[in-house]
Formats: sequence, C-alpha cells, structure tokens
Amino acid sequence: MKTVYKKPESMTSATTIYCPGCHHGIAHRLIAEVIDELGIADRAIGIAPVGCAALAYDYFNIDFSETPHGRAPAVATGLKLTQPDRVVFTYQGDGDLASIGAAEILHLANRGFNITTIFINNAIYGMTGGQMAPTTLEGQKTTTTPFGRDLQIHGHPMKVSEILSQTAGVAYIARGAVYDPKHVMETKKMIKKAFQNQIDGKGFSMVEILSTCPTNWGLSPLDAVEWLKKNMEPFYPLGVKKDIDQEQ
Amino acid sequence: MGEKYLMKGNEALGEAAIIAGCDAYFGYPITPQNELTAYMSKRMLEEGRVFVQSESEVAAINMVFGAAGAGKRAMTSSSSPGISLKQEGISYLAGAQLPAVIVNVMRGGPGLGNISPAQGDYYQATRGGGNGDYRLIVFAPNSVQEMADDVMDAFYLADKYRMPSMVMADGMLGQMMEPVQFKDPKSKKDLPAKDWALTGAKGRPRNIVRSLMLGGTGLYEHNEVLRKVYAEVEANEIRYEELETADADLTLVAYGSASRACIGAVRYLRAAGKKVGLIRPRVIWPYPYKALEKQAEKSKKFLVVEMNLGQMVDDVRIGVAGKAPVEFFGYAGGWIPTVKEVVDRVNQML
Repeated sequence: MKTVYKKPESMTSATTIYCPGCHHGIAHRLIAEVIDELGIADRAIGIAPVGCAALAYDYFNIDFSETPHGRAPAVATGLKLTQPDRVVFTYQGDGDLASIGAAEILHLANRGFNITTIFINNAIYGMTGGQMAPTTLEGQKTTTTPFGRDLQIHGHPMKVSEILSQTAGVAYIARGAVYDPKHVMETKKMIKKAFQNQIDGKGFSMVEILSTCPTNWGLSPLDAVEWLKKNMEPFYPLGVKKDIDQEQ
Repeated sequence: MGEKYLMKGNEALGEAAIIAGCDAYFGYPITPQNELTAYMSKRMLEEGRVFVQSESEVAAINMVFGAAGAGKRAMTSSSSPGISLKQEGISYLAGAQLPAVIVNVMRGGPGLGNISPAQGDYYQATRGGGNGDYRLIVFAPNSVQEMADDVMDAFYLADKYRMPSMVMADGMLGQMMEPVQFKDPKSKKDLPAKDWALTGAKGRPRNIVRSLMLGGTGLYEHNEVLRKVYAEVEANEIRYEELETADADLTLVAYGSASRACIGAVRYLRAAGKKVGLIRPRVIWPYPYKALEKQAEKSKKFLVVEMNLGQMVDDVRIGVAGKAPVEFFGYAGGWIPTVKEVVDRVNQML
C-alpha cells in the first residue's frame, strides 16, 4: 500500500480541543509540515499563547513553552537570545497578540530579532466565549458588542500586519488564509519563508492567518468560511505586506 | 575572595550576578536601581552575555521566563512599582518551576510613592504578590557586601530548588558606597541537572515548560510538589543573625537598612548597661519563627523596627506566639531610623 497522506512527525497523536470548523488545526499542521521539511524538529522551540491555542504544546512533538497572556514575544526573546542557533516561534491569537500583547509584539518586530510569529486572526476571543477582539470588524456582533462593533464606542479594527510592516526590524510579514486548498498551499509557503528567514538570520518574520471561529461567530463551518471571505478578506487583504528580499 | 572594591550597592549587585554566571539580564529604567541596569548594559556585553533594555517591566520578567526556560541563569531588577508589574511573571515562574533571580531595590509607596528608601514591599515579597500559592526565597541584605553575597546565593538556591528567588534591598543600600569583596562562585556540581530545559528536543523526548494544568488532578498534584519544595526550603534555608540576645530583656527585630540603626542602638544601650539584643533575619522567607519562639522564652519584650507601617511585625508575632508583648516602631514614605530614635524608643519600653 502506498502512503499518500500522513501526520507530520512534528505533531503528536493527541486529539485537539478545537471546535469543528476551526482553522487552528490546519495552521498547526502547516507549521508541523514546515518544521519537518526544514529538518528543524530537534532545534525548534514553540511558544503557546493564552487563548484557544494555550494547549498547542500538546499537539507539537517539539520543545514548547507556555507564556502569560500576550507575553510570547518576550518569552521568545529570552529563549532565542540565550540560544541563537535554535529556531524559536510564537503562536498567538488576536486577543493575545494585538490587545494585551501589543507592546511586546511591536517591540519584538522593531528590534528585528530572529524570531518567527504565527498570528491567528479570527476577529474574536474564542476561549473566553466570543468577546470583541482588536480585530473584530465594524458592525460585528460579539458578547461584548451585542449591538455590533460601533467605531465611536469601541474604536477601529486593527490591521496588525500593516502596522508592524512599518517597523524597520521586520524582514517579512504576510497575511494568508486556510479556507481552501489554494490558500492552504500559499499560506504554507509564507510560513516556510518565515521560518527560513530565521534560519538565514534575516530578522523578524510573521505570518497572519485569517481564520474562522464558527462557534463564537454562531455559524456553521461552511457559512463561517463564506463570512470570512465576504467580511474579513476585504478589510484584511491577503498577500505579502513586507519582504526585505523583494526590496533589494 | 578577591580584591576589596569600593562600590555602589547597585553596581555590586551587578558584578556579583556576573561572577555567579548570570547568562542574561533584562531590565527597565526605574529609580533607585538604575545603576544596576546601566552596569549590566556594559558588563554583560563585555562578557558576551545577553542584555536587553525591555519595553516594560512586564516584558523584562517574561524575557527572564524565556531565558530561565532555556536553562540559563537569568536576572531582572526593578524598584517597588516596577516589581508590582512583574508579579504576573513571578507567579508563572513559580508555577512553571523556573529558577530566576529578581532584585527589588525598594522605594516608597503605595503607588508611584517616592524614590526614598522604604521597606513597604515585605508582604508582597513574602506573601505572594502574584496569584496562587507560591513562595520566593527572599534575601534581606543590610550592606553592600551582603547584597553581593546574596545575589550569588540567590542564583544558587534558585537552581537548587527550581524556584525564583529575590534579593530585597532598598534605595539606601542601592545608592550607598561601601567596601565589597566578591566571593568565588559556588560550584554547580551539586545542583540538579536542568534536564527540563527547552533546548530543542535533540536525542530526547520533548520538554514542556508550563504552569497550566487543565483537567484531572494535575494541578492538585503539582501544588503538592510545590508544597514539598517549600517545606524543604523552610527546613534548610532559614538564615538570621543574633546580636547580644543571650541575656536580652528586650529584643529588637529588624532587617535591611532598618537593622543598621538597630545594631548601633544595641551597642549604645549595652554600653549603658542595658540588656538589649537584636535578631536580624537575613532571609525573610523562609522566616526564622523558631528563633523568635526560643527568644520569647527569655526576652520580656520585643520591638520590631521597619521602614513601613508594620509588616514583618506580623511574622514576629507568629514566632513569639503571645509569650511576650511585641511592639512596632516604624514610618513609611522616606523615613530611615537613626540610632538615637531607636535608643529613645527602647528606653521608653524598658
């Protein structure tokens, strides 16, 4: 029998806690495939956020650290500077990275340290039951914006990748999605580049992944994909935001 | 022991950390500990080690979490309001059983307070400060020499017990200059191997550093592990000094800068024929309750002197356990006791 599809070596056999239709699992798998393909499983160190992916360390078969909410970039800094030959990455959601950890990610990006960040943007707080995130869209209903996000009351949705791309230390920032095979393949290439950049010592690299949260959006997995395409993608355009290789 | 140097307390803290093998230092500016961060910004780079001026105290303690998770010796320092910001990370360090050293050069509070020496963070250091059941080994030096010695011991004991430790000085100790001789670093050969460190899972199963224990009885069991560690620390690491306690009718209890005036007061009062002694905790957690219990059998009165509104006095009362009256003498917000003030207060009680 010929094996055509199997679990990456860098993933454990644990069953994830993620809801049906959630995109965390796809993002995890892409990271694991990249770690396998780059042959870095024995020197990769992941950092889990606080949020739905807090238990990410159960799913990756590599060294992993937890961290206080939003502090993954600081923990990554401590791990990376003391072990420059290890490949260190953070995995963070929108509440973790863009709200409580806004200072940490901004300063990591601006320092340009050789660290990779995977940023999951699903426009909502998942783990705590669907509250407004910095990336929640105008008009979007959440448990803390029951009448929809009102820009006058709640402020504007935050375009993190565009903001961070303005900082000098950034080597690469791109935004992808994983709702169909084409986008899965494109996003995997982005993730691979973000890790390769670290190996090559090019500086801070980040991939933002637009993701669904069917449970807290109150939609079926398929309707959630349609909602993402119709609402998130126009406001958060996919593609490369900064790439120092293209500028040279 | 090497040469004798005349150094500021804050700088002695830094040099001692470097001698102790501190691999990484992370700090954020705050008075009155800035000389330490400045010292490390130069010396750590000279030594080829890691120095980062972080974006906040919160980031600094989490950089420590990362470096400690890598199995390295890591340190951060701050002063009272900054130490408050670090409490989240300190709780996580304790939960994840990561060794690290935190230096607090205390200033006046609450809030932004002022930059005068104070001892208002005793409760925070010895009772938690962050969430959950955890402890820090807390050193209480009263001289530049002891600051240097304590930093070295703080690194050693943190590694020995896999827990964060703190050196709690104050603005007076940080800012003053005194002679100091640096000890040779303790050998690491008796310390447990850091086989839990995140170094990349090469040739071994993966390691996970965490304090999150969702589901089942994991957290209950983890807390029992911590309870056992803390019991061991309490059994082995109590440190205090006694001065003229054998026949003391009145026993002073003080630590840090406040103890310096008390030492002067004991000498003055003894010269005047008065039976006064001093118990000086060198480590304030674990606390020398038994020494106080024993002293309460012979001493008729106790006077606790602190640069706060009365915090350690609670521990003294636990130790004395009602066997003798325990009075308190202290003010907060920039008060440093003089020998005369302590002598006058003791004379009122005798």
